[in-house]
Amino acid sequence: MKKTKKMTRRQKNETRTAWIMMTPALILLSLITVYPIVRTFWLSFHEMNLKHPNTGYPFIGLANYAKIFTDSRATSDIIFTLEFTLITVVLEMIIGFAAALIMNYGFRGRGLVRAAVLIPWAIPTSVSAMMWKFIYNDQYGMFNDILYRLHIISKYQAWLSTNSGSFMALVITDVWKTSPYMALLILAGLQLIPSEIYESARIDGANVLQRFTYMTLPLVKRSLLVALLFRTLDAFRVFDLISVMTGGANGTESMAVYAYKQMMNFLNFGYGSTLAVMIFVIIFIISLIYLSFIGGSLSVQED
Amino acid sequence: MRKLNWKKFLGKLLFGVFVISFIILLLLPFIWQFLTSIKPLDEIAEIPAKWIPSKINIQFYINVFTKHKFGHYLINSAIVSIISTIISIMVGASAAYALARLHFKGNRVMLMVILGISMFPTIATLSPLYLFLKNLKLLNTYAGLIIPYITFALPMSIWLMANFFSQMPRDFEEAAEIDGCNRGQIFMKIMLPLIKPATFSVGLLVFINCWNEYLYAISFMTKDEMRTVPVGIALFATNYQLPWGDIAAATIVATIPLIVLVLIFQNKIVAGLTTGGVKG
Repeated sequence: MKKTKKMTRRQKNETRTAWIMMTPALILLSLITVYPIVRTFWLSFHEMNLKHPNTGYPFIGLANYAKIFTDSRATSDIIFTLEFTLITVVLEMIIGFAAALIMNYGFRGRGLVRAAVLIPWAIPTSVSAMMWKFIYNDQYGMFNDILYRLHIISKYQAWLSTNSGSFMALVITDVWKTSPYMALLILAGLQLIPSEIYESARIDGANVLQRFTYMTLPLVKRSLLVALLFRTLDAFRVFDLISVMTGGANGTESMAVYAYKQMMNFLNFGYGSTLAVMIFVIIFIISLIYLSFIGGSLSVQED
Repeated sequence: MRKLNWKKFLGKLLFGVFVISFIILLLLPFIWQFLTSIKPLDEIAEIPAKWIPSKINIQFYINVFTKHKFGHYLINSAIVSIISTIISIMVGASAAYALARLHFKGNRVMLMVILGISMFPTIATLSPLYLFLKNLKLLNTYAGLIIPYITFALPMSIWLMANFFSQMPRDFEEAAEIDGCNRGQIFMKIMLPLIKPATFSVGLLVFINCWNEYLYAISFMTKDEMRTVPVGIALFATNYQLPWGDIAAATIVATIPLIVLVLIFQNKIVAGLTTGGVKG
């Protein structure tokens, strides 16, 4: 479609329809999210500690941001959050993809398998975190019990009292809980591939591996990347899981947990908001990387 | 006469074994939780961990509904989640279609802005939102949770549905336009039904997100009878101990509706564009 400077009447109509269709969403988004976001940015440039109300909450420019670089707790939190995000997302992608392929394949009892796979994700995070905390218990937890019976460990371990143990515990719980979510998103993408093309490929003599590599992968790439994008954003913002399971102890404090503590425990809204903005900035950078892969042609396709 | 194809049989057997062990591994914590919920109280903290209870104890399930207003929690969660899901799908699909299919300036910018909004950590939005709802007298009301839930479901729903819309072949729309339909009719009668499998997937995701949401639910609903399920369970803890038995029973009760939902809807998330829509 050639783009000319003057819009044709058809284009004008489409533009108007488009805006009408988007209006409800836009209203909700501006009211409920844009206002708090703007306020948080604004707060991050101020010194605002509710314990010292008589300072008048002065504007201090970028001082809070400079503070982050000297705050060793903040930097180690950033590193931890990045490590956690990377490992969980990679594992969830692999497991989720495998599960999606299985669920997509027609076999008896498929419905039950799908329902079963979704259960871990269906349980509220705070509840699963508590459940797993009990499982990792050093005295009567299921984790110790099974590993001991399989002779993988010689005695019960206190998993949640070491840095590496806690990290592993968090990763396992998150992967357990979130792989179904990835699986569902990837499954939806797989469902979009018409089965006829597999038929013709099979007739042409392509085997399973070829069909997967040259047909499934490229066609599901976009859905996979969108799923990965959202999952990475969520992983970086991890809060419920850590708050309930470790409280941020033993080197497992995520950025979000630190920001929450600054705001709610220390009542330091200025610095807490700065941390929140940092989370946003890092997530933004990650998204840009992803988007360069998706190619930005999510909108109108030129055939 | 059909010869038994050993290779194929073995392949299917291995596949079956793999799937079953995967499922068992996945459900193990849940099974453990279920067993805990029916154990007699003294067997929960036994060392070494005891798997099969010596007798079935339903006291925890009774506690869940008598010591706490769990029936209320279930109803509240159901109302909030169902309404939020339906409205976000409608609002989201409408916006997604516009973004994916209609030509207009600022198309890509809008998508990026919507994505940008969703990148903000929710803890930061808590206090401004609380004050906002308080001023509108929406605290402790269903609307007070529904409106934020819809809003937070929108970016992901819009992106996912825009993705699905953009992968649809244009033939259907072109055929409809030739037949004289306007954009609205094309949207409602053709495009929406076409991405039904995807819509149900997105709907299920949104529903579960709403059902499990914790931060806003605990902040905006302070009256006990208005609470939702995750908050209700978390607050079982008393000052002295965590009643693992009650928590386990409540977890099972809270998860059953979701399992039922998934079982019912999983066949709508089914493969297949209707062939014959264009060729036939």
